[in-house]
Amino acid sequence: MAVTSTNARRDYSLTGPESARAVALGLASAEWYHTEVPRKVMKDLMRRNDAVATRDTAIWLGLMALSALGGVLTWGSWWSVPFFAVYGVLYGSACDSRWHECGHGTAFKTQWKNNWVYAIASFMVMRNPVAWRWSHARHHTDTIIVGRDPEITLMRPPDITRKVLAFIGIPNVFQDFAVLARQAVGRLSPGEAEYIPESEVAKVTCWARIFVGIQAAAVLAALLSWSFLPLVLIGGPRIYGTWHMVLVGLLQHGGLAEDVLDHRLNSRTVQMNPISRWLYWNMNFHVEHHMFPMVPFHGLPRLHELIKDDLPRANPSIAHAYREMVSALLRQRHDPGHYVRRDLPPGARPYRMEFHGEDALPEVK
Amino acid sequence: MSDWVDVCALDDVDEEDVIRFDHAGRTFAVYRDEGGAPFCTDGLCSHEQVHLADGLVLDDEVECPKHNGRFNYKTGAALRAPACVALVTYPARVEGGRIQVQV
Repeated sequence: MAVTSTNARRDYSLTGPESARAVALGLASAEWYHTEVPRKVMKDLMRRNDAVATRDTAIWLGLMALSALGGVLTWGSWWSVPFFAVYGVLYGSACDSRWHECGHGTAFKTQWKNNWVYAIASFMVMRNPVAWRWSHARHHTDTIIVGRDPEITLMRPPDITRKVLAFIGIPNVFQDFAVLARQAVGRLSPGEAEYIPESEVAKVTCWARIFVGIQAAAVLAALLSWSFLPLVLIGGPRIYGTWHMVLVGLLQHGGLAEDVLDHRLNSRTVQMNPISRWLYWNMNFHVEHHMFPMVPFHGLPRLHELIKDDLPRANPSIAHAYREMVSALLRQRHDPGHYVRRDLPPGARPYRMEFHGEDALPEVK
Repeated sequence: MSDWVDVCALDDVDEEDVIRFDHAGRTFAVYRDEGGAPFCTDGLCSHEQVHLADGLVLDDEVECPKHNGRFNYKTGAALRAPACVALVTYPARVEGGRIQVQV
């Protein structure tokens, strides 16, 4: 079902009037809807292990090493293209899901493993590991609440050209590097200062310096060797291999409601092929993840089966989800209030009006 | 020192688990460790107002269900961001097959 609400252009910054509005309306740090799951079942779903993530990480890093080796050995010939096509996606796309799951601390049972993979993946995806831990905590507190959530990627009206360019990392990779460079000199943006505690700023700076230093070393190596190869190996995959991260990432919340307190209205679960599922570490079960962020990626399919009768029907494919999302985005260009309201199956608990008073939340009617 | 307050039967809390306990307008989290011993902390995460009783107990730690911050529930220490401020802990004991806390 498609819905139109307000047409007003909104301010997505964390320091503008929308932020104060969200707080005034009770949308900040609010109580969110979640499907009832018996405690014993949830405890079983939340259970951690090292086995699955260790296996996947060994495959991930192993494939990266092999594809990089193949690319280096065939460098200068067309044979290097398939090797770097694989390497690029493993580096420039799979890094996002590893960053995400290890940032939650749920991928591995052993925390040092989460921390190490989180740091490596943060470097690959060009995100400051400290700053983004706080950013993502805010994203979970205030998911797609305008003026509160720093991770809203599809603002209305959407800039579709820019989102198409994102598939080749333009201009994101340069913006992300510029953010790291700014943080490396100890400066936070006003938005970052909203959600990063003062006590963490030194750590933000330290990690930014390490990351900028490694990227600068890759640039220096390219200049000294007068070859693109160092940049194809380090940093470059965020351009030529980032397409899968963007492909699946845009579907998480794209075209859905803003300013609601029910993840069934602002998040999307999409059935995907097994390769995308592996690269994405099951984040296609995105409603389930937001409702229960304690459930590790390998428990999400089971959680989906358990609660799917209380959720909108999952999109059956990436293509299906794109048809739904793109249609909404095209309309949002001239009707920013438009969004896709996803129908609930019979028997599901209805969207709770006490969470979404019509005066406060015009998007839910 | 305040009096001991009855919480529940020992078996009402599984080993390596946590329950919510509300008393006198306050909320607490009452745990049992792997050996069955009881512990008690503030009920809400110090990062945001989320009930830790919905979280996960792993060894001596409890993980907040909202942002995966972690605390040592025996000492109250904050172990993992975004949890930065320690929880207040309270004495807990088993008397006559029931858990009691001193809050």
